[in-house]
Amino acid sequence: MDWINAILQGTLLGGLYALFAAGLSLIFGVMRLVNIAHGDLIVLAAYLGLSVTTALGLHPLLALLVVVPVMGGLGYALQRLVLNRTLGDDILPPLLVTFGLSVILQNALLEVYTADPQKLQAGPLETASLTVGPLAIGVLPLLMFATAVLVIAGLQWMFYRTALGRAFRATSDRQDIAQLMGLNKAHVFGLAMGLSLAVTALAGVFLGIRTAFDPAGGGSRLIFGFEAVIIGGLGNLWGTLAGGIILGVSQNLGAQISPGWQILTGHLVFLLILAIRPRGLFPRIDG
Amino acid sequence: MSPDMSRMTTPPAGLQVSRATPASRLAGIAALILLPVLIAAPWWAGSFGLRLMGEFCLYLALATLWNLLAGYAGLVSVGQQAYVGLGAYAAFGLAMLADVPILWAVPLAGVIGLLLAVPVAALIFRLRGAYFAIGSWVIAEVFRLFAAQTTSLGGGSGISLAPEVVKSIAATRPLREALSYWLALGAVVLVLGAVFLILRSRRGLALTAIRDNELAARSLGIDIWWTKFSVYIVTAGLTALIGALIGLQKLRISPDSAFSSNDWTAFVIFIVVIGGIGTLEGPILGTLLFFLLRETMADLGSYYLIALGIVAIVTMLKAPQGLWGLIRARWGLELFPLSRRVRGPNP
Repeated sequence: MDWINAILQGTLLGGLYALFAAGLSLIFGVMRLVNIAHGDLIVLAAYLGLSVTTALGLHPLLALLVVVPVMGGLGYALQRLVLNRTLGDDILPPLLVTFGLSVILQNALLEVYTADPQKLQAGPLETASLTVGPLAIGVLPLLMFATAVLVIAGLQWMFYRTALGRAFRATSDRQDIAQLMGLNKAHVFGLAMGLSLAVTALAGVFLGIRTAFDPAGGGSRLIFGFEAVIIGGLGNLWGTLAGGIILGVSQNLGAQISPGWQILTGHLVFLLILAIRPRGLFPRIDG
Repeated sequence: MSPDMSRMTTPPAGLQVSRATPASRLAGIAALILLPVLIAAPWWAGSFGLRLMGEFCLYLALATLWNLLAGYAGLVSVGQQAYVGLGAYAAFGLAMLADVPILWAVPLAGVIGLLLAVPVAALIFRLRGAYFAIGSWVIAEVFRLFAAQTTSLGGGSGISLAPEVVKSIAATRPLREALSYWLALGAVVLVLGAVFLILRSRRGLALTAIRDNELAARSLGIDIWWTKFSVYIVTAGLTALIGALIGLQKLRISPDSAFSSNDWTAFVIFIVVIGGIGTLEGPILGTLLFFLLRETMADLGSYYLIALGIVAIVTMLKAPQGLWGLIRARWGLELFPLSRRVRGPNP
């Protein structure tokens, strides 16, 4: 029964990992940008949630009303002011600039909020659970999973059914032609990063409700999101959800063997999939 | 390219190809004078100065290696701390668990790094372009988590080098400090020499060609995968060697410090980017600047890292060739005779 429970909890945890990954996948799809600061931005969103809940006395989920637009705006500004200047054939500038951003964010958070682990207080939501037969399912993990499914469905709909999605796909396919057709590349990229960080805001606040976080935790969140993207296959958002679930289940099964093996098992499963299916399980586009 | 053309070593009549410049000859002479002075440092520098200079050598070696990897081979790794930590753990393990003499354990750690890099490269070379960077970070995390599970080397909290092993390095403390410094100095001379020779060789020419235009390089018959692979494993082996020396200098290892992303990757990347990526002189200038700033701003703590990060970003946006690139563009200076100049007959 422990094992079935571990698989169930791992699946729900996979929803959170898919939220980590969705923003990463989105900007890679639109502009082939890999944002090394992505994990630190997730942690930043968690801290913003903390500031908003303590300053206004709001429930963390209501704080999303503030955190999501702030992160979205930050993403747009970041792209227009900094990241657009790094895009081109050379992969070095965007990587090194986002790496620098990651180090700056981490240390700025350390100065402002200190190294003490923090947590968002969500009251009875944290412990509420549904009983299904012999299993207890937490309401919070269920909510996270449902949010992940909704976010991915929403992104999928946006990509294939809206004018914004058409602009994203057009710029992704051929930047110069899209520009000729009257799309402003710089603006489209700004919107993509804004949307990416809006999703990141959701991920950060859920992360903060679920576990304690500290300024140094960005790296591992980036890595979990990245592993979900690669396991699922590049350019496939539903694949990313599947990747997140595989990662979450692997970690929870590893934890059943020994608590020290939890994270390591996730990494090893990722490397195994990379060895046997280098393009992931359900690839759509080439890296 | 026909076989006799590729063997052609003498340029057509009237043309002269030279690599050395007055500046590079002067730099060579300066290095020949500087080296004995540096070797004699234990007699003129104090304990603190010696330690600082040793650390300088090790950082310069790491920066030079990362520069070879990212600046020349286009392999932007943000996980080289994997090999720094591996080297330190391998050296400690060999010395404390297998009773290998510590001075043998250091080069052996380098060999272990090189061998382990082979399967690692086979895996993460499947990730293209920018995703390779994050893949390299995953490897570093895997190594760190394995180190934390190695209870015989202290598990998560780490371990100090056993007193009898420390005594076996040298009988007295000043002698041990001098030896540790000489090893660091020897390592940086080895690394600079190796990278210089690689870049001057056929493989170096292939690397530069790949860096400038991968498609054109491939069409000239350069095996891109193999060229990058060999650079990756050589860099990994040498990085592990430096890691072993870092362990020897600190006399203590722990998963968090031996595999520290800030210490062995962030600082190193900032050094290379600010100094000038893709040049041999850049990392030297960057390391000098890094230590100068660190000794004056060390008490600023994380503000120091924030400042370095901002300077690195501005450098990448405004002057991607770094400080040395600016100097080279302004005065045409080159301290290492790498590029070729063709001089025609005087008109």
